[in-house]
Amino acid sequence: MSLLQVEDMTHFFGGLRAVSGYRLSIAAGEIRGLIGPNGAGKTTIFNLITGIHTPTKGSIRLENRSLIGLRPHQIAARGLGRTFQNMLLWRHMTVLEHVKLAHYAQLKYGLAGAFFGTRLCRAEEERVEENAHRLLETFDVARFAHQNVTQLPYGVQRRVEMARAMATRPKILFLDEPTAGMTPEELVQMIGIIRQIHSEFKVAILLIEHRLKFVMELCQRIQTLVFGEVIAEGTPEEIKNNPQVIEAYLGKEEVA
Amino acid sequence: MGGSDLNQPMLKPVLIKRLRDFFAPVPALAWLAGILCAVLIEYQWGDALAVALYLPKVPPLFGATLVLKQPLLFPWAMLFVCLVYGVPIVLIGRLTAGPANRAAAALGRMPVWVSVLLHLLLLYIALHIWTETSDYRLQVAKLIMIAVMLTLSLNVINGYMGEFSCSHPGFMALGAYMASVFSLLLFKADRVFGAPVLPEAWGPYFFPLALAAGGMAAALGALVVAIPSFRTRGDYLAIISLAFMFIVKSAIENIDAIGGPRGLGGQPHWSTLPAVFAGMSLCIWIINNFVRSTLGKALNAVRDNETAAEAMTVNTRRTKMVAFLFGAFWAGVAGGFYAHEVRHVTPGGFGIQNLAEVLAMVYFGGLNSVVGSIVGAVSISFLSEILKPLLLYKWIVIPLILILVMIFRPTGLIAFRDFDPRRIVGPRR
Ligand SMILES: Nc1ncnc2c1ncn2[C@@H]1O[C@H](COP(=O)(O)OP(=O)(O)OP(=O)(O)O)[C@@H](O)[C@H]1O
Ligand SMILES: [Mg+2]
Repeated sequence: MSLLQVEDMTHFFGGLRAVSGYRLSIAAGEIRGLIGPNGAGKTTIFNLITGIHTPTKGSIRLENRSLIGLRPHQIAARGLGRTFQNMLLWRHMTVLEHVKLAHYAQLKYGLAGAFFGTRLCRAEEERVEENAHRLLETFDVARFAHQNVTQLPYGVQRRVEMARAMATRPKILFLDEPTAGMTPEELVQMIGIIRQIHSEFKVAILLIEHRLKFVMELCQRIQTLVFGEVIAEGTPEEIKNNPQVIEAYLGKEEVA
Repeated sequence: MGGSDLNQPMLKPVLIKRLRDFFAPVPALAWLAGILCAVLIEYQWGDALAVALYLPKVPPLFGATLVLKQPLLFPWAMLFVCLVYGVPIVLIGRLTAGPANRAAAALGRMPVWVSVLLHLLLLYIALHIWTETSDYRLQVAKLIMIAVMLTLSLNVINGYMGEFSCSHPGFMALGAYMASVFSLLLFKADRVFGAPVLPEAWGPYFFPLALAAGGMAAALGALVVAIPSFRTRGDYLAIISLAFMFIVKSAIENIDAIGGPRGLGGQPHWSTLPAVFAGMSLCIWIINNFVRSTLGKALNAVRDNETAAEAMTVNTRRTKMVAFLFGAFWAGVAGGFYAHEVRHVTPGGFGIQNLAEVLAMVYFGGLNSVVGSIVGAVSISFLSEILKPLLLYKWIVIPLILILVMIFRPTGLIAFRDFDPRRIVGPRR
């Protein structure tokens, strides 16, 4: 059975049809790719599923429960973690604070606990901090724990953002161009990290990416989106050899 | 190129560094010992020294009030301050650093609250002795502590959460009136409300309840502002909260039962020094606990990027509501203290000037910082006292200073600083 099921999702921005008739079905533990030229509607699909926009039409179900109409934080707490294409980090917060805060929905203490620093509150803070440190290790950013995020190199910020998303304990992780602006070495490291979190946390991943080599290497299945419509779906091999894809998208880039 | 300044280290930074190194090993406990000595010296020999230095009396606020009133006396006042405060604090502080560090380390092995309470007790004793000298000083000290509460509670909203709220005087008014009505109705034979319901002697024990009632009234008012402001996206809060402030003012003016524009007076004098000090300490403690907890850090996330906060499971709407009501609550409590200190409140007293003052305290002291709020409240209060002879022109000078701060330090003097009581009471080195 699939973990996330999107049926017939269509979205208009005013008169612009950004996404039309989109379907997706991800099983637990899968890694999926979503490619397409600029403005194809990839990010919009993420925003629709994570509740930032509500689709004009269509259904979205996570573990057979509808997500339509829920607020983004509720969807996130149900197990849908994400990163953002333009990295929405909190500019006055440290790396550790980022990852700690993403535990928000898991906190067991309430306001009274926070006000008076009760024992439960302190225990929870300790647990969250420990967990956060573990995640920072996984993403190789532990040495920046107490630094403000804005001072860090681009690639590190990307990894912090992923660590933060993983702290929400997602069942599915949405990554919007996780390697944008990264150096080749960081790219290789990122492949390793994604493989590691995939096997360690058993998380399903949906990946938007422009670097085809990266997508082809990681993903089991890939969708190609052009003008809001999926024109091809299949294994990396099939996508690589699909004439429509080559014409619409790959033609201008070299497929390695 | 570029290496030239390596050979000639600038004089000033070196001096500052030397000084900092010299005082680095001094723990809070040693400073407190120094302060205690200073206030004792002043208590004992202050009058005699004042006479010797041609001062009419002990300068009540470190000579600040003399700057404009009697500028010729100001140098003498500075000398007085140096002799009575500067020298003893520096000397005793530095000399007792060793034993104080050992004591602090020993205290560190106990639960942190033991050490914190001890420090607070010492601070209170110093404050108590210091305020014995004059009633003026006593009232200024209390009003400053009330201002600290007010500033910190506004910092929660404007600094930690990054919204711009203007309704703090309104919340303060609600708190002041609610607490006054509570105490007048229950414990005071009063023109407006008649004979007391409960024996007057019980009164002071119910003061916390009166304050809580004031805080609740303010929080309720905050709910009225928050519902329309936080439902919609965009910056409506500034406008709605400003309107709210004026509505509260004119609403009170139109209720004759609580005195209308003439105000409400005759509150029992319950805002004693220990009461205000305890209230302020509690306020700082609770707010600091909150903003340092992960739950409270959600405010920062909402400020820095709301979309990301939502995507990381933070219930942003609830977070904003809670922070706003929480801030308002403490403004109401501060209002309650204020009413029971000045013992006559008028709706006109909670207006735009009040707003300007508290905003100045928050933005001058520093956003997102407990220490900043304390520094802001104390320094703007002092400035206000210095500029009192200027009357209305005060309101040209304070905004000017604020503009300068905004230009040179846009987030305030001590912004984005973590306030860790454990570190403050702990030993140095
Ligand atoms: N909030 C919005 N309001 C109006 N139009 C939008 C909005 N967000 C996206 N669009 C439009 O929808 C279309 C799809 O945008 P989207 O950001 O999803 O593309 P993308 O596939 O992620 O492109 P890129 O590779 O450049 O990130 C674009 O034409 C864009 O201008
Ligand atoms: Mg995009």
